[in-house]
Amino acid sequence: MAATQVLRSEWTKIRSVASTVWTLGLAVVVTIALGMLISALSKNEFSDMSRRDQLSFDPTFISFAGTSLGQLAMIVFGVLVVGNEYSTGMIRTSLAAVPKRGTFLFSKIAVATALALVVGMVTSFATFFLGQAMLGDLKASIGDPGVLRAVFGGGLYMTLIAMFSMGVAAMLRSPMLSLGILMPFFFLISNILGNVPATEKVGRFLPDQAGSKIMQVVTPIDDDVPYGPWGGLGIMALWVIAALVGGYAVLKRRDA
Amino acid sequence: MIEAVGLTKRYGDKTAVYNLSFQVRPGAVTGFLGPNGSGKSTTMRMILGLDNPTSGHVTIGGHPYRKLPNAARHVGALLDAKAVHGGRAARNHLLSLAQLSGIPARRVDEVLGVVGLQDVAKRRSKGFSLGMGQRLGIAAALLGDPQVLLFDEPVNGLDPEGIHWVRNLMKALAAEGRTVFVSSHLMSEMALTADHLIVIGRGQLLADMSVTDFISANSADFARVRTPDTEPQLREKLTSALTEAGGHVLPEQDGALRVTGLALPRISDIAHESDVRLWELSPHQASLEEAYMRMTQGAVDYRSTADQKAGLQQPLPPGAQPPMPVPGQGQPGWYAPPPPQQGGQPFAAPQGAPGQAPAGPYGAPQAPGALPGGQPANPYTAQQAPQAQPAPQTPQPPAAAPAPPTAAPAPASAPVTDPTKPEDAR
Repeated sequence: MAATQVLRSEWTKIRSVASTVWTLGLAVVVTIALGMLISALSKNEFSDMSRRDQLSFDPTFISFAGTSLGQLAMIVFGVLVVGNEYSTGMIRTSLAAVPKRGTFLFSKIAVATALALVVGMVTSFATFFLGQAMLGDLKASIGDPGVLRAVFGGGLYMTLIAMFSMGVAAMLRSPMLSLGILMPFFFLISNILGNVPATEKVGRFLPDQAGSKIMQVVTPIDDDVPYGPWGGLGIMALWVIAALVGGYAVLKRRDA
Repeated sequence: MIEAVGLTKRYGDKTAVYNLSFQVRPGAVTGFLGPNGSGKSTTMRMILGLDNPTSGHVTIGGHPYRKLPNAARHVGALLDAKAVHGGRAARNHLLSLAQLSGIPARRVDEVLGVVGLQDVAKRRSKGFSLGMGQRLGIAAALLGDPQVLLFDEPVNGLDPEGIHWVRNLMKALAAEGRTVFVSSHLMSEMALTADHLIVIGRGQLLADMSVTDFISANSADFARVRTPDTEPQLREKLTSALTEAGGHVLPEQDGALRVTGLALPRISDIAHESDVRLWELSPHQASLEEAYMRMTQGAVDYRSTADQKAGLQQPLPPGAQPPMPVPGQGQPGWYAPPPPQQGGQPFAAPQGAPGQAPAGPYGAPQAPGALPGGQPANPYTAQQAPQAQPAPQTPQPPAAAPAPPTAAPAPASAPVTDPTKPEDAR
C-alpha cells in the first residue's frame, strides 16, 4: 500500500468533516480579530506607557497577541483529527484497512499538518498586516530586520501546536481527555508557570512559551531567556517530536 | 482461508479467548456462534490484527493480517456498524476507504447501489438507523471485491428484506469461491445461511462441524403423547405397550410422554390396540436453536433473571393472582432435554432433568396458558382471570376447567398444567 494512497484517503477524511472547517476557521478569525483589537488598543495607550515599555515596544509581537486564543482552536483541530478516530470507533475500520499503523498515523498527521501549515501561514501574514494597519505610526515593516522571520515563525508556531495536540490525542486516545488536559494547560497553567518568579525558569521551557519566542522581534530589556527565537522553536519542536513518538508507541502497542 | 492456531487473548486476569484453533475454508459460509461475551468479536479483531493475541497466531492466506500486502483488497470486514465518523457523509466514508487501496470512485457509487444507500450517499451517517449503518458497513466490506470477508453480526438491526438480502449475499459470495466468516448469536439465522459452524463459549471451542452434521447430531424427532389426566393407569399401560413395540418413552413433567423410535401412525395403532384414549399425539422436532442453547448453556456469561421489581410492585386488585415468573428464566438447565437416542449427543453439556418439558423452538418458552392471571391478552387466562384461584399449583378436576379441551387448539387444557413450568409451543 503506497503512502500516497493513504495520504489521499486521509485528505478525503479531513475535508469531509465539518469540524475541520469550524476549528481552522475559528483559529483564523480569533487570531486575526484579537490581534487587530490589541494592536489598536496598544496604539492608543502607547503615549501613556513608561519609557521602558516604550523602548521595548514590539509592534510585530503585539499583532500576534491573538495567537494565545487562536492556538486553542488549533489545539481543538489537532485533537479532533486524531481523537475522533477513537471516539467514533472509526479507528477499527481505519486500521483494518491500513494494517501498518505507523503509515496510518503519520499519513494522518502529515495531511493535518500540511493543512494546519497553510492555514497557520495565511493567518500569520494576515494578522501581521492587519495588526500593523491598526498600529498606525508605530507599525513595523515586513522588511525590517527579524520581522519576516517572526511572521513566518508565527505560522510555524500554529502548525507545531496543532501537531503537539495530535501527538497527545494519539497517546490519550480520547478527544475529551485530550482537550481536558491541553486546554487548561495552554490557556492557564503555562501562563501561570511562566509568570510566577519561582517557576519562571521551568515555565519558559514549556512548548508554547519557548515557541512563541519566534514571534518576538524586539528583545525585552534585561531579558535572561537562555535561547534565541530559533532555539525556542527548536525546544517546541522537541516537545512535538516527543508527543508524536509517544502517540506512535501507544498506537503500535495497544489494541485498537 | 483463515487459520487460527492456539489463539489466546487475556485482558488482565480475564481470559476472553482461550486456545482457539480453527480453519475457515474458502467456498463456504462459516458461521461463528457463541453467546454474548463469548469472545467472537475479540477473535474477529485478532484476525484483523486490531488486537494482538496473548499467545497463538492467526493468519489469512498464510500471512498475519498486518503483513498482508494491500490488505484492503484481500480482506473486507464489517466489525461494528457504528465504527464510522458520524459527521462524514456515507459516500465520503467509503471514498476514503477506497482511496486507501486505489479503488476508483465509481466503485464507491457501485457498492452504494448494491446495498441500497445511493439515495442517502451524501447524508451524514450520524442520522442513519442501525440497519442503514449495517448496510454502510457491508458496503465497506464489499468495496475491494475481497477474497476473504468477515462479518460481525451483519443482520443486527436489518429489516426482513435486509436479512434476506444478507443471507443471499453471503451464499453468493461463498459460491464464488470466497471465504466468508460470519458471526452471530442466532443459531436459527446460521442454520439458514452457513455451511459450516464454529461454536465457541467462554472463549473456547465447543464445536467445529458442518451444519448438516450439526443437524443430524442434534435434532431429534419425537412424538408427544398425552393420555387422559384423569386416568393415570392408562398412561402406564401405554408406556409399557410402546416400550414393548420398541419405542423409547420419556415421561414429561406435565404428564405427557415423549416417544421416539416409533412413527405417529404406529403409536396411534398401539394405543388403539391397548384401548387407551389419547388427548394428544403430535410430531415435534428439537430445533437447532435448542441444541445450540443446550451446548452453550454452561458457557453463558450474562444470564437474564426474573425481574423482581423491588419497590415497584403495585398492590394487586382483590381477587387477582400474583403474576407468575416467566417460566425457566434465571434457572440454569431449563433447556430441553437432549434427544433421547444414545450417541446423538456429542457434547457433555449438562442435561435437563428427565421429563422436563422443552422450551419453545427459539429457546424462549412460549407458554400459552402457562401464566394464569398473567396477561389478559392470553385467551386462556382471560377466561380464567375472573375466577380467583387461590392455589394455582393444585390440579383442578377437568370439569372445573373454564376452557374446555375442545375449545383450545392445544389438547391439554391450561389449568391442569403446572403453571410454573415451560411448555412446548405448539
